[in-house]
Amino acid sequence: MIEVHDIHKAFGEHQVLRGVTFSIAKGEVVCLIGPSGSGKSTALRCINGLERFDRGVITVDGIALGDATLREIRGKVAMVFQRFNLFPHRTALENVMEGPVYVQNVPPGEARERALDLLEKVGLRERAGAYPSQLSGGQQQRVGIARALALRPQAILFDEPTSALDPELVGDVLRVLRALADEGMTMVVVTHEMSFAREVADRVLFMDGGVILESGPAREVLTAPRVERTRVFLERVIHPL
Amino acid sequence: MSDFLTDAREFLPILLSGVWVTIAITACALVVSVILGFVWAMLGASRFAALRTLSRVLINTVRGIPILVQLFYIYFVLPQMGITLNAFLAGVAGLGLAYSVYQAENFRAGFASVDRSLIETAESLGMPHSLIVRRLILPLAVRVILPPFGNTSIMLLKDSSIASTITVAELTRQGQLLAVSTFKNMTVYTIVALLYLAMSLPLSYLTRRLERRFAAR
Repeated sequence: MIEVHDIHKAFGEHQVLRGVTFSIAKGEVVCLIGPSGSGKSTALRCINGLERFDRGVITVDGIALGDATLREIRGKVAMVFQRFNLFPHRTALENVMEGPVYVQNVPPGEARERALDLLEKVGLRERAGAYPSQLSGGQQQRVGIARALALRPQAILFDEPTSALDPELVGDVLRVLRALADEGMTMVVVTHEMSFAREVADRVLFMDGGVILESGPAREVLTAPRVERTRVFLERVIHPL
Repeated sequence: MSDFLTDAREFLPILLSGVWVTIAITACALVVSVILGFVWAMLGASRFAALRTLSRVLINTVRGIPILVQLFYIYFVLPQMGITLNAFLAGVAGLGLAYSVYQAENFRAGFASVDRSLIETAESLGMPHSLIVRRLILPLAVRVILPPFGNTSIMLLKDSSIASTITVAELTRQGQLLAVSTFKNMTVYTIVALLYLAMSLPLSYLTRRLERRFAAR
């Protein structure tokens, strides 16, 4: 469904992506792991067109990403951010309705029903009227997920969705992600949550230095990595002391 | 006290005619300052370094010259260059220009306050730029712009009295003329001061209300 082929990207002198290639099948859940600065967030942001790349091709559903197809692709691939990025001047409900009403021209009444259903799904229907500042980080991120779902995307990209959360709130968000995975949503998740990757992901990609060093079934990569760098990274993440 | 009231009743119609001129010159100068200020702010946010420099130079120049001198320049010097404005228009042009630099700074601060990542988020939802400006940037920037904007408006109202120096028949000028001809300085300037307050206090109140309406939640 998503094909990323030989993507290169530099920020000035610094080469962040040096030929990244991978593909995501429909219904697949793929976790992108690796040390910070390895380029995993940048690769993810390229798929949504938030980051331009210097070389390579990305196609979604057979459509090549470019200026002319950007909006069409953004309707197919939604994004959830590390710092939630809810619109602070709109309620939870309005945040979720924003995309359908103003981008997809869904009638407000229908969009409202859809938004309330989605808030119900992430366990926040009773907080529909709350402003982001009145919600905890975990609640904000669940609204962020509902906002992404409201576009009825074919895939969702998660950029470290739990990294900005207090530890005790991480579980609430991961449970929502797992439920989505169980429903068959196509998901690419940049994450440091190894237990989530092990239990929920179909596949894990390990990135370092702007390339994918290893990829394979989650359990295999995480428990018996073939590449030395992957092994060292996992060792550090799982046993930080 | 009864003298004061008798005099006040006599002076008030004259001073009120000044009030209308003060309101008119303040309102016109405010509009000019907002439009020019927006232009300076846009130039300052331009992709082109030359335009950004131009905006900086303009703002620093205008800010560095007293308003009184700017008014004199427009009213007395420009005619020698073939540009003649009547006193009212010269006042509007001078006050509008002088205040445009404060407005520009307000706008700049307002737009700079909008979190870049929120704009990115709106882009990721597929919003076109015009919609992002309308639904996200303006509503968020307004919260930051409004408090200093109210402040600037009140300052402009009071500084419109400077236009009295180039013969605009606004409130201060009318007061001066009355005081000189009647020697009733206390009565005249007390009323003048009260009339300025009567104009600025509602403005303060209005600003406060608008601020609350747009307040960060």
